[in-house]
Amino acid sequence: MFGRLRQKIVDGLRKTRDAIAGQVERIASAGRPVDDALLDELEEALLSADLGPELAAELRDRLGQRLRGEAVGGPDQVLGVLREEILALLPPRVPETRPTAPPRVTLVVGVNGSGKTTTAGKLAALWGREGRKVVVAAADTFRAAAVEQMAIWAERSGAEVVRSQPGADPAAVAFDAARAARARHADELLVDTAGRLHNKKPLMDELAKIARVIAKEIPGAPHETLLVLDGTTGRNAVIQAREFTRVAPVSGLVLTKLDGTARGGVAVAIGRELGIPVRYVGVGEAADDLLLFEAEEYVAGLLAPPGTKGE
Amino acid sequence: MDAALREIRLALLEADVSFKVVRDFLARVREKALGADVIQSLTPGQQVIRVVRDELVGLLGGGAATRPLAISSRPPSVYMLCGLQGSGKTTTIGKLGRWLKKSGRHPLVAPVDLQRPAAVLQAVQVARGAGLAVYEHDGTGSPVERAREAVRHARQKGFDVVLLDTAGRLHVDEELMDELAALRAAVEPAEILYVADAMTGQDAVRSAEAFKARVPLTGVILTKLDGDARGGAALSVAAITGVPVRFAGIGEKPEAIEVFDPERMAGRILGMGDVLGLIEKAEEAFDAESARKLEQSLKKRQFGLEQFRDTLRQVRKMGPLESVIGMIPGVRLPADAQVDPRRVVRMEAIVDSMTAGERRDHRVINGSRRKRIARGSGTSVQEVNQLLKQYLEMRKLFQQMGPSPSKGQLRRLLGR
Ligand SMILES: Nc1nc2c(ncn2[C@@H]2O[C@H](COP(=O)(O)OP(=O)(O)OP(=O)(O)O)[C@@H](O)[C@H]2O)c(=O)[nH]1
Ligand SMILES: Nc1nc2c(ncn2[C@@H]2O[C@H](COP(=O)(O)OP(=O)(O)OP(=O)(O)O)[C@@H](O)[C@H]2O)c(=O)[nH]1
Ligand SMILES: [Mg+2]
Ligand SMILES: [Mg+2]
Repeated sequence: MFGRLRQKIVDGLRKTRDAIAGQVERIASAGRPVDDALLDELEEALLSADLGPELAAELRDRLGQRLRGEAVGGPDQVLGVLREEILALLPPRVPETRPTAPPRVTLVVGVNGSGKTTTAGKLAALWGREGRKVVVAAADTFRAAAVEQMAIWAERSGAEVVRSQPGADPAAVAFDAARAARARHADELLVDTAGRLHNKKPLMDELAKIARVIAKEIPGAPHETLLVLDGTTGRNAVIQAREFTRVAPVSGLVLTKLDGTARGGVAVAIGRELGIPVRYVGVGEAADDLLLFEAEEYVAGLLAPPGTKGE
Repeated sequence: MDAALREIRLALLEADVSFKVVRDFLARVREKALGADVIQSLTPGQQVIRVVRDELVGLLGGGAATRPLAISSRPPSVYMLCGLQGSGKTTTIGKLGRWLKKSGRHPLVAPVDLQRPAAVLQAVQVARGAGLAVYEHDGTGSPVERAREAVRHARQKGFDVVLLDTAGRLHVDEELMDELAALRAAVEPAEILYVADAMTGQDAVRSAEAFKARVPLTGVILTKLDGDARGGAALSVAAITGVPVRFAGIGEKPEAIEVFDPERMAGRILGMGDVLGLIEKAEEAFDAESARKLEQSLKKRQFGLEQFRDTLRQVRKMGPLESVIGMIPGVRLPADAQVDPRRVVRMEAIVDSMTAGERRDHRVINGSRRKRIARGSGTSVQEVNQLLKQYLEMRKLFQQMGPSPSKGQLRRLLGR
């Protein structure tokens, strides 16, 4: 039985000729000597999943160390080694932070269009299904119709929305929402923020202020800060993670849009450099298209041969 | 030359250029760089850089980007924007509409994303914000029907352009890709523009190819170039699909769009600093925000290479240095420090070619890093050395600078 994460990733992969496993299958036929030519080809297969040149070269070296001089035992052998090596790079799972008293505050941050509002909507739905009382702060007061978008999502799952005028101070909205969440004994407060590019200092300062203001009303908050990364993003995601971590206490990643053909391999590089684990994976635009991240499932999906059927 | 090619391979991969494109590209560069047409005065590394630049610019579309948007023989001309979720279609509609309006056309915004929550409202607000007319509806019905209505409406009211804001979709979503093909068949767009996020990684070619396989793309719009992504996706998409990049999105506001410039993009992908972009930006006024930042760093006696570069940038924007420093409240300066703008551009390119870590702490910049920076910026190690010296001097000056530094101090700053 395969889990849904693996299945979804495999579904997307099946539609592409570039799946790592497909390439490995072509490259690592049994009996071929493990030499530079073979390793070069494997390195390219890894590059195609956005693992990045550095990590790809490193994995190439590890493969070389472990297999060089032998003849390839077949694609499965190579895939097995790769799986072990990639898994070893992922940071260990860290339990979510739960405050001693509710509400727990989750701040949702990231660059423009990565999927923050949708992820917040899905989380509200998830927690709503678990019977938790959710308040959502529509703190993107900048982008056109961002508040309405968040409100529609919240309405679908019965969460309460705290909102303000367009152009209002987002920190003030977050503060009001924190008050409201406490007053209404909510279990969860979700704060959706505007998309911001990490190289814009005033916007990053604004984010830091939002986090500060929430902490004033609810000590220890935000308990979770989720950095939402578009799974199709390449190397820039590493810089995003670095910069957002500077201004907000990023505790986990959400990797969205993995229902396409992108693999989000850059998350491996981020995990390695910054130790931030992936918490959730977005696999569609519907409310239940959010999955808990499972490292083994993810890597299996990443390396699954094309044409594999799940379940 | 192999060393240079290795560096370029790394630079391209770090810039997210598709590994396949990189492979083919390097093979071609090797061939050309070995060919006849080499310039004596250049080092082998510089020759490679030159070939690389020329090749990059060629692949990125050369002059094609400046081709005007097509006009249908029977108005209105429909421009359909399509692409993956969140790439920036709706925002770009506002920018493109404003741009078209400024060039004398009469665009109508037509929202046909009936999928994403509040998408129609977003398009309506974006259109209003950009001063554009919009075909409003309640978000029900089918996209194809709404698109037809919008075109009819435009024809009746005399709009000559319809900007079709389609829903974001994944290239593997067959149902939605069918819908896109149906939209195209229904309204026969004069331009089908693929909106792509500049931060996209290796997946860029897969998605662009798949879109092109379903609808005949006529151009690419690359968004979010105001970020610090190197934007190798532009090269991947242009190289693999042959569709030229036409516009660049450089911010969230309605005016944040410009005609795509292949030369500048080539430099950016290689990490050579967005030199020409900086020159263009020089037209922007010196703003109070920068003055405030400068003043703050002055107060804190902190002066990193970033600030050094910002200062250079201001110098070029504003002309002589004293007019920049003169804008800092409480500082008065003499009026004749001269700076050669071309030199400043080269200096900026050098700082642009440094990594963030190097900018933060110049002490890590050792010999091999200097070589790399020189190569990346198309300058020489000597110039890098000189820049670092000037930076240290300027930093010292900033740390000592009282309310009115001397002429001599200022002149020394930029080696004049
Ligand atoms: N296919 C797919 N689409 C997604 C996923 N997550 C989000 N999206 C879509 O991506 C687009 C952008 O999502 P938003 O939630 O608006 O992104 P955002 O980060 O809030 O955007 P800004 O607030 O404008 O920065 C929308 O069309 C979403 O439906 C996902 O996991 N899969
Ligand atoms: N910084 C910056 N942000 C941009 C640019 N273009 C678009 N955005 C932002 O990117 C986010 C997504 O833009 P949208 O216009 O909603 O994207 P879309 O492609 O219409 O999204 P869907 O309709 O959900 O597929 C918004 O936050 C925009 O403000 C740009 O050039 N620079
Ligand atoms: Mg949002
Ligand atoms: Mg849109």
